[in-house]
Amino acid sequence: MDLKLETRDENGRTIVKVGGEIDVYTAPKLREQLVELVGAGKYHLIVDMEDVDFLDSTGLGVLVGGLKRVRAHDGSLRLVCTQERILKIFRITGLTKVFPISDSVEQAVTAVD
Amino acid sequence: MDAQSSAVGTVAKTESATAVLLRFTPQPEHVRTARLVAVAHARRVGVEAGLLDEVRLAVGEACSRAVGLHQRHCPGEPVVVVLDAIDESGSGLVADRFVVTVADKVSGAVPAPRAGAGAGVAEGAEGEAVAESGPAAEVAEDEDEDLDDAEMGLAVLTGLVDDLDITSGPDGGSVRMGWPVKDF
Repeated sequence: MDLKLETRDENGRTIVKVGGEIDVYTAPKLREQLVELVGAGKYHLIVDMEDVDFLDSTGLGVLVGGLKRVRAHDGSLRLVCTQERILKIFRITGLTKVFPISDSVEQAVTAVD
Repeated sequence: MDAQSSAVGTVAKTESATAVLLRFTPQPEHVRTARLVAVAHARRVGVEAGLLDEVRLAVGEACSRAVGLHQRHCPGEPVVVVLDAIDESGSGLVADRFVVTVADKVSGAVPAPRAGAGAGVAEGAEGEAVAESGPAAEVAEDEDEDLDDAEMGLAVLTGLVDDLDITSGPDGGSVRMGWPVKDF
């Protein structure tokens, strides 16, 4: 399954909508997208993971890398995720304490980081 | 003994006549295939539906780890996965355990998991939640561009699978994982 990526700007944030499976094969595509956005001066990112079917540690690593990149510019990276099977991976690794996670894009774009 | 038969031999002791054996070149695109086969076989042998996501993630993590190791150390060697339902309790009646073993050919590849991997979150100096150790701690560090995937994978595996055994020897290592098979 391919990784689907769509981006749009809203309320001063850039929303990256991700669909499909994020794994060792597809994660480089997401990394490339995040690097490109930061390179273009987009430092406040929202990664919408509601259409993600699968996430592994490689995907976590890419998200952590993205967070480090935006923080280097005093930016933010917020996740949108309500899927328990995805949230479980963040909990296992302790990353729920690192990533702000919203229940919806609407909530994320108005959140204060 | 050639390289492939040697790799199979690493996990042969776990293999029965009903086992499914996968052997693939260490390419990331094959990891998804391994996940799909693992879930299909787990479902077939009677692993509870509620555990299938765990099987999928764990097998993916173990295979990703093996692929990474092989790409760095022995790209010509295949990764070997054995999926089997075994009679672990020795009842002699039915298989009661679904066991997956992912074998690599890299010796001494078991990294020491960082203490508290996946836990140990504390308040940072600026009031921001950061981890004291483990994968989350990497966020606070600037030396590395990205998190070490192998270490993160190990943290996920150890946090996810209760019945987990990661070993390494001179001929390679293996990740063995087990899940219960429900009573019929």
